[in-house]
Amino acid sequence: MSATQTLASVEGTGPHRASGEQERRTKKRNRRIALALVIPGILGIGVTFLFPLVYMIRMAFNEGSGNGIVVETFTFATILDPLTDSYYWKVTFDTFLMGLVVGLLCIVVSYPIALFLSRTQSKWMGLLLAAALAPLLTSAVVRTYGWMVLLGDDGLVNSTLLGVGLIDSPIRMANSMSGVVIGLVEIFMPYAILAMMSGFGRISTQLEEAAGSLGANKAKVFFRVTFPLSLPGVLTAFLLVFVLSISTFVTPRLLGGGVVQVLATEIYDQATGLLNWPFAAALALILLVLFGAVISVYQALIKKIGG
Amino acid sequence: MTTVPVPFRKKFAWGGLAFKIVVTLAYLFLLAPLLIVFVISFSSNQYLSFPPKGFTLDWYKALPEQTQFIEGLQTSLLTATITTIIVLLIAVPATLALDRYDFKGKGALAGLFLSPLLVPTIVLALGLVIVLGPLGLTNTYASIVIGHIAITVPYVVRTTLMSLQTSDTSCEEAARVLGAHGGTVFWRVTLPIIRPGVIAGAVMAFIVSFDEAVISLFVAESGRPTLPVQVLRYVENSADAVVAALSVILILFSVVIVVIVERVVGLRNAL
Repeated sequence: MSATQTLASVEGTGPHRASGEQERRTKKRNRRIALALVIPGILGIGVTFLFPLVYMIRMAFNEGSGNGIVVETFTFATILDPLTDSYYWKVTFDTFLMGLVVGLLCIVVSYPIALFLSRTQSKWMGLLLAAALAPLLTSAVVRTYGWMVLLGDDGLVNSTLLGVGLIDSPIRMANSMSGVVIGLVEIFMPYAILAMMSGFGRISTQLEEAAGSLGANKAKVFFRVTFPLSLPGVLTAFLLVFVLSISTFVTPRLLGGGVVQVLATEIYDQATGLLNWPFAAALALILLVLFGAVISVYQALIKKIGG
Repeated sequence: MTTVPVPFRKKFAWGGLAFKIVVTLAYLFLLAPLLIVFVISFSSNQYLSFPPKGFTLDWYKALPEQTQFIEGLQTSLLTATITTIIVLLIAVPATLALDRYDFKGKGALAGLFLSPLLVPTIVLALGLVIVLGPLGLTNTYASIVIGHIAITVPYVVRTTLMSLQTSDTSCEEAARVLGAHGGTVFWRVTLPIIRPGVIAGAVMAFIVSFDEAVISLFVAESGRPTLPVQVLRYVENSADAVVAALSVILILFSVVIVVIVERVVGLRNAL
């Protein structure tokens, strides 16, 4: 076998030279190399990710009474506790509703940018793309702080509205759910833009051109061609933002000012304030179930509309 | 100018004025908190109020005196650097195996390495504090690094995988045919080829670790917390523009990062 033949037959699956016995031996050796290469990664993820998650789920079946006291047992009592308390039903419902509203609003404001970025031929494209995605690389704490400045009683929005005379007293936006929603919508926009752009990229612009040349006006082209075809991307973006919203902590904590209680802030209070780890774990489990449910619905929907 | 049949102009035009206005407003909303932080950091108002009454650099001058921020910065730089190094050491070899070798369970393994992005950070943070607490590891640098490994691995795997998939394997084969050993092939051929992906992954891992607040808050609330945790605490308790000045510096820092990533692999591929 010549070298060129070997080259042609390999196609990037590690080294192997001749056929028969030797090939088997190389294959075995390759498997061993591959194993050696992945083991540190598996260990790393195992120790820092899988084990804590499994341990946390197990913790939800222990009994706790705060102050770090954990009774090792196997009971459903801790999980049933929040499920039989109307307060936690309300917190879970608020979390879910917040995710829904943030997801929808985020789609609405991100859609134009995503469409623009995937269609524009502007020479500023690179800069505009960077401007849309760069906030992702800025800490959520910093951006939430920005919103605290904007939405506060003396903030830009209220001062402007007062100055123009549209309102007589400041609208309460900071330290309320509406403020948290506004902040989250902006914070998750880059994710939505990214998700929708990859969806738009798959839409053939020829369909739009065809519709246009057949006499449809811009609005009609958008609502009959572009928008229906972009639905899978929109759905993905919505799911992403929803899932990020219901588990976010920093923004509800800071912009909520202690008034807004969602699952994430409850988990924090239980875990670090009251040191009731089993109860915090039970709440985290509720969050995970909510997560799983939404992702299953998403997968069913995507199958239906053929993403 | 070339003459094209009218219906087939270069593209269906999305350039209407109304559309442009909508896009501009959406951009304004997206960038509002960053712009406002910039403005307020130069405002001479004592509290976070509008409109600014004058221009001042006092907030920037006050920064070096804020020891908690300096300490936080030191912690963040140190832990983000260690995290990045560890993650590169474990994720790059694993990604190499995922792309260049065949073995059972490859798909599942790829899924495992990307899965930390699918789990809510707060849930992982809770799991970590429950595990690390009894071990007495909370409020240490180690706890922060351990907490940040899982959430940064996916970024390195993704960018490295992209470089591996788009690279040509014939050079590696040639090196092997000419007698180079596996290690030599990796250091002398593969690594130089996939360097952009590895660098982008490293930059992403660093920035994700540097910016991360929730896990850090859970596992290392006291002691010497990271900068985001310090900022979070400060913002919870006081309302002045020192944080704005700090934020502007951090934003400029991210801009530098964005430029690097964009140059090396393109921002879209890294996020």
